[in-house]
Amino acid sequence: MNTMGLLVFDGLLLFSIVGLAWASLATTDVRRGVILFMAFGLLLAVAWGRLLAPDVALAEAAIGAGLSGALLLAAVHRQPRPLSPGATHDSLYRSAAAVSMVVRWVVTLLSAALAGTLAWGLLHAFSSTPQDMLPRAIAENLAASGVSNPVTAVLLNFRAYDTLLELAVLLTSVLGIFSLGPATPGYQPAGPIFDGLVRWLVPVLILMAGYLLWVGAHAPGGAFQAGATLAAAGVVLRLAGRARIGLPEGFALRIVMTAGVSVFLLVGLTLLLLGRPFLGYPPAWAGALILLIETAAMLSIAATLLLAFLGGQPESTGVKAAANRQREEISRC
Amino acid sequence: MLTTQILYALTGCMIVALGLRGALLHASVLQRIVAINVMGAGVFMLLIAVAYRGPGLPPDPVPHALVLTGIVVAVSATALALALVRRLHAEQEDD
Repeated sequence: MNTMGLLVFDGLLLFSIVGLAWASLATTDVRRGVILFMAFGLLLAVAWGRLLAPDVALAEAAIGAGLSGALLLAAVHRQPRPLSPGATHDSLYRSAAAVSMVVRWVVTLLSAALAGTLAWGLLHAFSSTPQDMLPRAIAENLAASGVSNPVTAVLLNFRAYDTLLELAVLLTSVLGIFSLGPATPGYQPAGPIFDGLVRWLVPVLILMAGYLLWVGAHAPGGAFQAGATLAAAGVVLRLAGRARIGLPEGFALRIVMTAGVSVFLLVGLTLLLLGRPFLGYPPAWAGALILLIETAAMLSIAATLLLAFLGGQPESTGVKAAANRQREEISRC
Repeated sequence: MLTTQILYALTGCMIVALGLRGALLHASVLQRIVAINVMGAGVFMLLIAVAYRGPGLPPDPVPHALVLTGIVVAVSATALALALVRRLHAEQEDD
């Protein structure tokens, strides 16, 4: 491989990445900042591919650039407009001039000092040859993990605890979002061109989610990437102004939201009852159990990300009926 | 010591600093949320650079799994932060 060419490529890529990060934070126009941040995320996906991390690259492109961008853009859209251009009459927005020059310089210097300390520590760590105990242990035990993609093996087998707790974090965040208010109102029905695109895009996204889930066992992919792709299908339907975006209602929604955590826990507890360690799969069953957990996790992740995009509990007929019942009871008292 | 690894790791440090500065100095809450996401991306770059072992060699999968987890946790935290912002705006409009 041409080393010089690669070095030039790295230089250009990193220069663009830093430039985009800088530009997305330097502008005072929030919409512009968010769009630059999405471009930053896409270039990061290229960087992860360059550093031989295709699993992370897929997740970054789908979540880091795609869904985060959609969430932030929707938030910019909802933001109350300032009364006059340039002026912010919102106490959430301290005026830029209020932060004095001195504070700016102190913060800049402290941030630079932090970067210097980090860099110094890293260079110190790089100067010793890596022992690679952990990667070697993974390579030796990969055959017994039930999958051949080492990243999936780490996520769903060797460090399954982390992933279980991560799904719990996702569930917690969506419960927090539910408690903060109802879902945002839907969008206007899309025009014929966008509607035509949606008809093509949504089935392709669903198919791709299924493929990513299946292929994650032996190649880049897995529950996270699949879940994000599935959520993207729902986001596209929402943006097109459809009333139904694929989310189940009422009790079924709760089942889907908690499926990842509950299936994970059930598998772990069943194994405990059978006398194995918690989440210590028997090698013969590992592949099937991982696929089962990943399928449930994909559905939960997709539902969570889509609910995050809605920004609250969707108003389903069941919820409305319950709310009405509650109101009647209160009025009766 | 690999040039590529050092190049990407140092860029990661720079992005962390840029994000931290933005998060502390920005007036708009939405831009602070973007800045925190940028800072997170810098940390991810550090981890992926640490995992890199050179062309043709398999990288360390543990940092990759950590970053994957991190990306998903970051997006859920961002969503929660945005929901909080929306609620804050709604409360202010009521006043």
